[in-house]
This record gives sequence, C-alpha cells and structure tokens, in this order.
Amino acid sequence: MGAGRGKPRALPTRPQYRASAEGGSGADPGGEAGPAWSGVGGAGDVSRPRVSGRRTGSCGLLPLPPTTAPNGSSGPSRDSVEWEGRSLLKALIKKAALGGEQVHILGCEVSEEEFRAGFDSSINSRLVYYDLFRDPLNWAQTGEALPGGPLGALQAMCERTDPGPVTVALDSLSWLLLRLPCAALCQALCAMSRQHACRGGGPAAEQLCVLGLLHRELHGPGPMGALSSLAQAEVTLSGTAGQASAHMLRRRPRQRPTLETLWFSVLPDLSLDLQGGPPLESQPHPDPHTPQVDPASHLTFNLHLSKREREAKDSLTLPFQFSSEKQQALLRPGPSPATSRIFYEPDAFDDLDPEDPDGDLDV
Amino acid sequence: MFPELNNLLNTTPDRAEQGKLTLLCDANTDGSFLVHHFLSFYLKANCKVCFVALIQSFSHYNIVGQKLGVSLTVARECGQLVFLEGLKSSVDVFFRAQAEPHPLQFLREANAENLQPLYEFVREALKPVDDGEAAWRCPVLLVDDLSVLLSLGMGAVAVLDFIHYCRATVCWERKGNIVALVHDSGDTEDEENNILLNGLSHQSHLILRAEGLATGFCRDVHGQLRILWRTPSQPTTQRDWSLTYQYKIQDKSVSFFAKGMSPAVL
Repeated sequence: MGAGRGKPRALPTRPQYRASAEGGSGADPGGEAGPAWSGVGGAGDVSRPRVSGRRTGSCGLLPLPPTTAPNGSSGPSRDSVEWEGRSLLKALIKKAALGGEQVHILGCEVSEEEFRAGFDSSINSRLVYYDLFRDPLNWAQTGEALPGGPLGALQAMCERTDPGPVTVALDSLSWLLLRLPCAALCQALCAMSRQHACRGGGPAAEQLCVLGLLHRELHGPGPMGALSSLAQAEVTLSGTAGQASAHMLRRRPRQRPTLETLWFSVLPDLSLDLQGGPPLESQPHPDPHTPQVDPASHLTFNLHLSKREREAKDSLTLPFQFSSEKQQALLRPGPSPATSRIFYEPDAFDDLDPEDPDGDLDV
Repeated sequence: MFPELNNLLNTTPDRAEQGKLTLLCDANTDGSFLVHHFLSFYLKANCKVCFVALIQSFSHYNIVGQKLGVSLTVARECGQLVFLEGLKSSVDVFFRAQAEPHPLQFLREANAENLQPLYEFVREALKPVDDGEAAWRCPVLLVDDLSVLLSLGMGAVAVLDFIHYCRATVCWERKGNIVALVHDSGDTEDEENNILLNGLSHQSHLILRAEGLATGFCRDVHGQLRILWRTPSQPTTQRDWSLTYQYKIQDKSVSFFAKGMSPAVL
C-alpha cells in the first residue's frame, strides 16, 4: 500500500479519513465495543432487524416489531481500544446459535481457537468458520489459503449459506476495510443479502443478519459513513467507571432513527447481562464533608470590611466612570460662570507686581 | 531488565506468559528503555529472541545490555539471539545479487508492496530446532521500531500485514511473544502512523505507553508510563485494567513511582 518510494509516509492510495473518536450511537450488528483509548460500540440483539415478536429471554430486550427492510443486515458495532467489542460480538453469535440459526463467521483478526474459546461445544459445532487469519494473502503458498483473497472469501461466504435464517459475523470489518476498497466492500455486503434473498423463500430482512465489528479509530468519516448508511443499526461501545455502555442508533424504514443507551456486561459464559442505568458512582457530586476554607482568615493584616466601610465603598463614584449623574452635570450649564476662585493672602516678603509678567509676549 | 518494571507488570523471567503481543509506544519522549528491558528480560528467560533492530547498531544494544546483565555477543554466538542489524544490512542490499532474497529487500524495490521477505526472515530465524530437544523456552520477536518502516516508504497496511503474519506464526503457531515499538508523533496529520498505532493497539494484550510530562522537561522525573492490560477476545466483567506511573531513568535501572511521589519532591 505504500504510495511510492522516496516519499516518506506516502499517502495511501485509498482516501483514508481520520477516524472520528466520538462514539456515535450505532450498532453494528457485529461490532464489538472496541477497546481503544475510547469506547466501542457493541451490538446487541436489538440491533437485529429480525422479525421477532418474542422477548429474547435472558437479555430482557424489547421485542422487535416486524421489519420489511430490503437489506437484512444490521449495523456495525464500533469499538475502541479501551472498550473492546469482540466479546459482545461473541455474545450475539451465541444468541443466534441458541436460536437455531446458522452462523457463518469470517475470522480475520484472531485465530480460530481464540475466537471459539468461550463457546461450549454445542454452539461451536454450529459455527461455520472461515479462517482468514492464518494466511490471508497467500504468502505461504501452501494452497490452503482461501482463494480470491479477502474479497473472494467474503463472496464465497455468500454462496455457501443455506436458505433460512442465517447470521453472518465479520471479525472484523476494519480488517476488510483496510485492505479492500470501501466501495467493493459495500457492494459485497449488499450482494450478500440479495443473493440470500434469491435463494431463500422469505423476505431478506427476516433471513439474513450481518454483524460486523469496526474499530472506529482506524477509519475516517467517509468509510464509516458509507458503512453506517448500509446498516440498520449501529452500536457504539464506550463506558464509564468500569461499566460498558452501548449507544444504539436504529434506522427503520419510514421512521425516525431512534437512539438508545444500554449498560451491559458480557459474562464469562458469553451471555449478555443488561443493566438498567449508569453505575451510581459515575455521577459526580460535591463532597459534603469537605469544609470550605476561608483564605483571608489567618493573616497578620485585615482584609475584611466593616459595614460602614462597605457602604462607603459601594457608594463611591469612580472619577473616570461616566455615570448618569456626570452626564447630567455636563449637560446642565453650571450655576456660576466662574468655576473656581483663588484666595491669596500675601505675607510680608511677597513682592506683588501688578504688571503682568507676560505682558511683553505677543500672544 | 528492570526489576521495578517487572513488579509493575507482575511478571518474572520464570513466569513469562506466552502467545502475547506487547505494544510499546512513546509520545514526546524516548521509549527505547522499554526495548532494552524486554530484550534483557527475554534473554534471561531463556527464550530464543529474533531482534529486528532498525534504529541502532549492535554495539549500542550490547553496551546497554551489559549494564542490564546480559551479553548480546554471547547470546548471538550460542544461537539464542538472531540479530538483524538494519543499519549495516541495509547497505548489503545494494551489493548483493538481485535474485537473492534479503529481509530488507523493500529498500531496493521501487514498488515494494509488502514485507514478505522480512517475514520469511523472522519465520526462518524462529524455526523450532529439529533435533527435538527444546533448547529455548519460546520464540520471541522484538522489533525496534515499526515507525521507521513507514518512513522508509512502506504503507501502514503493509506493516500491519507483516505483524499479522508474525502473530500467526510466532504467537499462535509457536506460542511465542512479540514486542514492537511504535512512535506516536501526536501529529493528527500523520494518518499512516495513527492507523498503524491504533491497528496494533487493537491486537495487543499489553500496551506500555511512555509519555513526556505535560508540563515539560524535568530533571528528576523523565516521563510517565501508562500500562494497559487488554483481553482482545475474552469477556471480562470489568473493563481492561490500566495503571499510570512516573519514572526516572538512571544509569543501570529505572525507578518507578506513583504520580507526584518522586523522591526529589517529597
């Protein structure tokens, strides 16, 4: 990707914009709250556009109304370095697998063993894993790498899904976005739902759910915006005081986007635990036991004013302050033309000369 | 190695973890003392170390290593240390026949797209010994540093791909460790470096960030070290754990203390 030799830090060939650090709400259906020096978005079940009138059991999530979205994908989960989102992605995958759906996973960033760790064997047997971690660019030339590189692997995933409800998890969209043109990635994602709809019987929205994990510091507003526009829900992970939060932005057709904040934690068995509100200790309040210290109390000189001194000070008119009284005094003509008079009492040694000493001046 | 840093990281050469990626980062200061620490740490832990040293010469690291109690010359002779001296071997690239692969081949090519030769060098250097007896504990790759590869014309994605393949081979396949230093220039205009730094941060298990003091240079406190432990895939009930300490670099050691608790101030 080096833009050219002889130029230090050559600009990348694809436009890369600064990743916005602000966690927007947005859930990517697969996003993980990213650890980063800032938070990540996680995707929750609510981000799925799946038609489901039932409560999702242990989560206590709101039942989703039926959707007729043309493209069944949910959105990216955006994470950051401090709030990692892969565990949330795995929690969603577990939920999908327990719900009897097929789950296809494209793993790019961690090894298959590391990704499968935490799932029990019944869930693991239901996960179809495409390993892009070991040899994504075919450097080893062993013939075991997935053909076609990352894009080929993505397209192969589309072709291998059977009709019926299926969840596709991309770990991670950031990895793909750094190596593929943004347009090609977006087209592949759209094609995924179209192909699935052609194969299956029902509308695509009910059949296919795509979860993607995005690390938001890595991308600029352009690619992030492009992926967000494809997504029906975006989850951005962040947190305070040790508690992770997910800001979810849901876009439904012909409805206003809704923004919701959920506090959650992922338990070691990869089940999702939602809390009601922010942790109590995160709200700042002044400590009532700290006494207020008066800085002027122990001095060798007096800084306090008595009541009379204070009144005199308040009623003082500053000489150069143009107050209304001064304005009136200037507007009104003075009571006598001679504004000042000098009274002089000469003593014995004074020499009073009645002549004007400046008389010879021609002024 | 610095014993105080071992205490902070809660590790000793005997109990070194395996399969981890440690990211060293410095901002407004020189973080190379961390590189010297990990080099001597892993040599003392009896690990096979492949050191890709692109910044300083062998004798520099050797002199500092001797102060910390390891001899790089002895380690290299007995096969524990494979040292790629970037400064010297970069000149060799131009005097070799072009067909022979060289780890720093990208310096010679006009359109080097990836760092595969460098990866092949690392893979070969850390190949397990065939005779079956485990002479060394685990392979370790140490890189000082990755930002210079960006300055030499490689893109951030090429460097990320190189580390990806090293992780797949060294960390996953051979259960070894990787330690890499990346500079943080703090410059928001430098997108490539930021992509590299953030991309590596997301893959790391441990991030050590040496920063200069916000108030400027100080004789008694040389900087501040932020330590962030991460678990990239495992769920934790608490968020990832982070600590901050200030440090002073002395001749043979580095002393760490809590913020504001420098002995010079107390």
